[in-house]
Amino acid sequence: MASGKTAFTPRRVGRWVANALIVLVFFFPFFWMASSSLKTLGETMQFPPSLLPAEPQWDNYQAVMDSIPFWRYLLNSLVVSLSVLVLQALTVVPAAYAFSQYDFKGKGILFGITLVTMMVPAQLVFLPLFVMFARWGMINSYASLILPFATSAFNIFMLRQTFNQMPRELVEAARLDHASELKIIWHLFLPMAKATLVTCALLTFISTWNDYFWPLVLTTNDTVRTLPVGVASMRASENGINYQVLMAANVLLTLPILVVYGFANKHIIKAFSYIGDK
Amino acid sequence: MSARELTGGRRVLGAAKPYLIVAPAIAILLVFWVYPIFNMGYLSLFKWDLISPKMKFVGLDNFAAILADAQFWQTVASTLIYTLFVVGFGVGLGMLVAVYLYERTKTNGFLQAVVFSPYVVSLASVALLWLWIMNKDFGLLNSLLAAVGLGPVDWLGDPRVALASLILISVWKSVGYDSLILVSALQAIPRHLYEAARLDSAGRWATFSKITFPMISPTMFFLVIVDVIASLKVFETIQIMTSGGPQNATNTLVYSLYEYGFQFNRVGTAAAIGVVLLVMIAVFSVAYFKLLARRVHYR
Repeated sequence: MASGKTAFTPRRVGRWVANALIVLVFFFPFFWMASSSLKTLGETMQFPPSLLPAEPQWDNYQAVMDSIPFWRYLLNSLVVSLSVLVLQALTVVPAAYAFSQYDFKGKGILFGITLVTMMVPAQLVFLPLFVMFARWGMINSYASLILPFATSAFNIFMLRQTFNQMPRELVEAARLDHASELKIIWHLFLPMAKATLVTCALLTFISTWNDYFWPLVLTTNDTVRTLPVGVASMRASENGINYQVLMAANVLLTLPILVVYGFANKHIIKAFSYIGDK
Repeated sequence: MSARELTGGRRVLGAAKPYLIVAPAIAILLVFWVYPIFNMGYLSLFKWDLISPKMKFVGLDNFAAILADAQFWQTVASTLIYTLFVVGFGVGLGMLVAVYLYERTKTNGFLQAVVFSPYVVSLASVALLWLWIMNKDFGLLNSLLAAVGLGPVDWLGDPRVALASLILISVWKSVGYDSLILVSALQAIPRHLYEAARLDSAGRWATFSKITFPMISPTMFFLVIVDVIASLKVFETIQIMTSGGPQNATNTLVYSLYEYGFQFNRVGTAAAIGVVLLVMIAVFSVAYFKLLARRVHYR
């Protein structure tokens, strides 16, 4: 773009058009969601539709608060996502460490179990688990949303792979210095696996925050219901859907993730490409 | 307590240590992910409504019933068609985007982030957003069509179109992931291979078919498997946008499993459908592990 003379080759123009098309196809729907969320009911029904509302209707956001217990859902989402993160840190790190650094009888079988469960989707086990939680009187409890995800076979696998890279001599040297097991994990293994830990934490948080299926099937009322289920339930109102209000709710649901993504997209993209790579 | 006993005790503790360390994780996996699989197989042999205390053993009747049910086969067909097209278009378009964006420039990095953005958003949000965009009367898509004198199309209400609409949404959401993985595969191809091809004055097609394609085909195969497994599990768009309709046109295995279990209260039938789905996922999982092992080994 430095000099105007070289800028207008057909190849360059072609690339600009293609770039604009990519932005339009993948980003415009989000813009449309935001724009619609600030329109009046009348504006959502006019043809041709306007790109932007004549006057932004912030009331639509108030209407969201009036029609669903928004803060309750948000709190539930935070409680579930953060609990899953904390519990996974407590279960995944030790398991990955043991699978990587110890030899013990039955290790192959236990690791095999871990690998197999990696492939079992929630969509397959929800019915038996619903029955189980119902028997324990735990439907509509945080526990039923958190416990099945309190560990992650996938993260154990990823972290074990990383721990396996640790040079034996370093660990032995630390042992000779009488460093305790916890110290070795804390000062040697966790720092060297930092990239993997960040990746796993990021992916786990995003997938828990976004999850719709599990909180849908395991809740029958609002007490522990999370944000995606709460927002989606707004589409089932008796007097038709008010799309401007639904889109306002959808903005509130999407915005936290999109903002985090805006700031950390390099990290996040790297995290996702890491899964595909390994 | 003598010193010897103490060390003896410590040795027992030492031997038990690895088991104690893995115990929490393994216990959770066994209780919440392994046991339910077997329990589902067990439930598939009974007639039960989820509420009454009595379960009636019916053997393989549930399987016989679903296999004789035309609607079940329609569900299987929809699931397979959905999977085939989502994976085909996802990997195909992902390849196009990847080839277009694989050079490391600032613009390409930005575009990659844009294409990837739908992937990080909840599928429930995506479903709600497209419910609005695909609205028959006031949606953006039909407004665009009307502007050029076409339509309106009943994207989600026409049984001939609805499944295609869901495929479109899924491709829109996942193509960023496919292209991301393929970009990193393209970037990993050693430059000198291309230089050698240039010295041999190989054409563009020859370079692609003899170097690029063979180098990235393991990644593509891996992607196909990952995408197939993801597509077999599709639920959100269906539950939010079509409820399996119109005329059962978008009913898939997971959705009918949910319907039988929670709406029709026919747990046995639901569990039998689950067993069928389990078998399908198992087949692709075996392929996944074979590839995963090779990739990990290769790195």
